[in-house]
Amino acid sequence: MAVQFSEEKLNKVKEIIARYPEGKHKSALIPVLHLAQESFGGWLSAETMDYVASLLQITPIEVYEVATFYSMFNMQPVGKYLFEVCQTGPCMISGSDQIIDYIKKKLGIGVGETTADGLFTLKTVECLGACGYAPMMQLGKHFREHLTPEKVDAIIEECRAKAN
Amino acid sequence: MARKLLLDKAHIENIRYYDVYRANGGYAAAEKVFKGMSPEQVVEEVKKSGLRGRGGAGFPTGLKWSFLAKPEGVPRYLVCNADESEPGTFKDRYLMEFLPHLLIEGLLISSFALGAHRTYIYIRGEYAWIPDILEEAIEEAKRNNWLGKNIQGTGYDLEIYVQRGAGAYICGEETALIESLEGKRGNPRIKPPFPAVKGLWESPTVVNNVETLAAVVPIINIGGEEYAKIGIGKSTGTKLISACGNINKPGVYEIGMDISVEEFIYSDEYCGGIANGKRLKACIPGGSSVPILPANLLLKTAKGEPRMMTYEGLNDGGFVTGSMLGSGGFIVLDEDQCVVRNTLTLARFYHHESCGQCSPCREGTGWMKRVLNNIENGKGKMSDIDLLWDIQRKIEGNTICPLGDAAAWPIAAAIRHFRDEFEWHVLNPEECLKRNYGLAHYADPLPVPAAVAAAV
Repeated sequence: MAVQFSEEKLNKVKEIIARYPEGKHKSALIPVLHLAQESFGGWLSAETMDYVASLLQITPIEVYEVATFYSMFNMQPVGKYLFEVCQTGPCMISGSDQIIDYIKKKLGIGVGETTADGLFTLKTVECLGACGYAPMMQLGKHFREHLTPEKVDAIIEECRAKAN
Repeated sequence: MARKLLLDKAHIENIRYYDVYRANGGYAAAEKVFKGMSPEQVVEEVKKSGLRGRGGAGFPTGLKWSFLAKPEGVPRYLVCNADESEPGTFKDRYLMEFLPHLLIEGLLISSFALGAHRTYIYIRGEYAWIPDILEEAIEEAKRNNWLGKNIQGTGYDLEIYVQRGAGAYICGEETALIESLEGKRGNPRIKPPFPAVKGLWESPTVVNNVETLAAVVPIINIGGEEYAKIGIGKSTGTKLISACGNINKPGVYEIGMDISVEEFIYSDEYCGGIANGKRLKACIPGGSSVPILPANLLLKTAKGEPRMMTYEGLNDGGFVTGSMLGSGGFIVLDEDQCVVRNTLTLARFYHHESCGQCSPCREGTGWMKRVLNNIENGKGKMSDIDLLWDIQRKIEGNTICPLGDAAAWPIAAAIRHFRDEFEWHVLNPEECLKRNYGLAHYADPLPVPAAVAAAV
């Protein structure tokens, strides 16, 4: 995949840069990295980060140091559907350990691994701010809350259906 | 029924949209300001209200505003801290999701008071669907001339922008947030200079929490003095509490700061008691950073008085027998929960979230996590408990930002109040893998639920 934003996304980049005063375009880095990750396969390759650097006219190291700092930026390829299951205190006391075990068994993968078909990656994450609706996971843009084994089954089915 | 100032309209269908918000009294506070209040008068009302920062620190908002430097020809900024990442806390999410115009109205009034013309909402990256809600509300407000140029014919201009973070608890610390907003790693800055003098792009900046800025709306509507009449002492007004863990009704509640912890946990208006007929063992009342308390010290202070849901009430007894109101992230643990395991998850959290700048925090959080992991898994030694105590003491106060303290306090409190549970893990390495220590003596004397007490 050639790393190049579509016309529409380039306009979005311009719109983001316009949010800041003149000369402060480096502030656009995190929003543009989100856009790049969404556009180029769900992770940030060196090529993608270099492209972002050239767009914002900053050095590649300025992009790398930021991309590696924030947990939402994936430095390795991930499956088409990334299950990010919270494991911090409030989720743990509401049964997140059992949910993580269930997903591992169901998908036959460990934490940090991707299924052989490239569809699913399981990741454990720290508190996402859904403590009252635990256990929970982030899937793409949204939270899936009050998880049970049945709900996990339904989510997996939903993803498989979408992928076909 | 307690008085509600923030969530009073949350039940109205489609209150998320401008027309409905406006038809239900929305933007009346902004109207009041633009019809006859100077920026100084707005600051004065906020001072009179006694409003304290709702993000966790509880610093008086009016005072923070009055520190803002105002050099000629230099822009000033207001930044709304929507990075909400403290485990147990999910109240700002609720406000932004369901009442975006309340926040925007609060931002408008506050920006006007501070003389800011460009205001940013920095929202945690994981709340990925909320920027769309906020941006739609911003567009609506713009179409109705509450944002943009020459707002309501006053000559005042304001733009509000939403900036997403990308997963970093540390960016809730205001100087780390500013760094992140400048497109950098979220490493906290050394203070001074404080953001009020040198903040975003080296300009004077105020950073306030979502709930704090939303509270400015009712303060203007009812007046600072009226707002200050709610609550006890220096805990004025209402506070959002996000309640979670082993309770019947987890969720976001608005309380007047004049009720007891017991009422909050057991009354049907709030948490509705402990779930599944279990008994209360412990609670972290103000977000994961604040000291955990056993049930007996949570419900009553060391003096035997009912503990109140106020800044001072939760802090009664200091860290020896008290805790903090913090961000209002109220985490309840029932008798089946393991305090060691819970503490381990928090140690892991702080280790994961340490930015790495200061050695005591970077190394200490990981060390505490490994020691706790051993104790939890039956591989601990008695000396490990003292070692944990020693490590947390060496982190506290020795870091640039408060994340070090936030990582140290939960460990200290867990050992202070639940030492025998830690010792039990060490002495029973096999049994601790099969069962939890249980309630033990932590609920003693047994609390009488408020509902039962009222019926007697």
